[in-house]
Amino acid sequence: MTEPGNLIYTLHVNGQSSDVRDAWIGESLLYVLRERLGLMGSKGACEQGECGSCSVLVDGELVCSCLVLAAGAVGQQITTIEGVAPAGAPSDVQQAFVDAGAVQCGFCTPGLIMATHSLLERSPEPTEYEIREELSGNICRCTGYGRIIEAVQRVAVARRGAQ
Amino acid sequence: MSVLVPTSLADALQALAEHPDATVLAGGTDLMVELNGGHRRATSVVVVNRVPELCTWRHDPITQTLRLGAGVTYGQIERDPIASLVPGLAEAARTVGSPQIRHAATIGGNVGTCSPAGDGLPVLSALNAEVELVSAEGIRSVPFASFMVGPKRTLREPGELITAITVPVVDGWQGYAKVGVRNAMVIATASASLVADARRGTVAIALGSVGPTILRCPEAEAYAMQHANFSERSLAADVVSHCCELVRLASRPIDDHRSTAAYRRHAVGVLAGRLLRRAFPND
Repeated sequence: MTEPGNLIYTLHVNGQSSDVRDAWIGESLLYVLRERLGLMGSKGACEQGECGSCSVLVDGELVCSCLVLAAGAVGQQITTIEGVAPAGAPSDVQQAFVDAGAVQCGFCTPGLIMATHSLLERSPEPTEYEIREELSGNICRCTGYGRIIEAVQRVAVARRGAQ
Repeated sequence: MSVLVPTSLADALQALAEHPDATVLAGGTDLMVELNGGHRRATSVVVVNRVPELCTWRHDPITQTLRLGAGVTYGQIERDPIASLVPGLAEAARTVGSPQIRHAATIGGNVGTCSPAGDGLPVLSALNAEVELVSAEGIRSVPFASFMVGPKRTLREPGELITAITVPVVDGWQGYAKVGVRNAMVIATASASLVADARRGTVAIALGSVGPTILRCPEAEAYAMQHANFSERSLAADVVSHCCELVRLASRPIDDHRSTAAYRRHAVGVLAGRLLRRAFPND
């Protein structure tokens, strides 16, 4: 049985092909993820790239999904917060955010988790300055950032210990 | 609205030839803000960030030039190996938006949008960068100074694509300084770039966010060149102050929602003073 609606294009999200139907061709990737594909983890706040709460990876690069034209991302590998770990089994970064008390209202958390995964991928032992710089595109209005930085440092230490 | 995603330069040029009114989308960090906000309607969009010819760069050690494909991102420019070839441009790149923005935003997009507040632009102006434009009809190269004709207005013709920016690799100090309300995620209230070419004995100063285009400061440049000692990297304190005054006079700021003309004029003088001192640390 075929799905209802006109197929507009297909995206590759979290390792799966996802058909986008009945969409306006000018929609942002954030809008398509949330409203067309039901992936509500990426948050929408500013829709102009200022808050970082919609951060995803496109072909491995951390970007704001609100500033990606979804129809232009056909053929690229998209990873959202839903794709960083299987449901019910948090990634080490997600667990560290919980353990360090880096989550308060939680709205900025998915974006910060994506930014932290991206940072530690490139720089496994970041300095505090580097953490502050690399997370500067993610705005949190609750925590004051102290516990977020602590969470990132915990992951770096744990990963080093695990080697 | 139609969206085309060419994957070769030839296909991109054909798409633009067939849709001369098309909006070109590179990193999306300017255009998507306008589309999301409903401030702009596009009949067709040509996405160029999958064109491999635009994403390469080349340092030519014979001509001492760096050719940056229009699709090279600010994330690449702020890091080596590009950063050490054009440290002033790398410094400007580092102040663009956030890491997320810099991973997407391209040098070609910055030049294509051509906002007076574009962070890369004062450096390109001070370096006398050349903008390469290609269409189905052919190729041309335009100095950045004449390419930008007004706020977000350029010499780019319909059907033309910005394919590369070429800058000299300069022997000497170069830098960028910017004032905004905070460090991350900020549009420049005033900005300036200085390039001191020790081999040629020239100083170039370019200003952003204080005029309808990026402004050069011929009087301040000439005065600094006349008095600077390039081998000792020295410039007298009274010369620095006079240069700052000449920079303030060269600015043409306006009052708007981001700042006042008076503040911008003051700030750009302060920035010029800092850049002169970094280029010539000795009195």
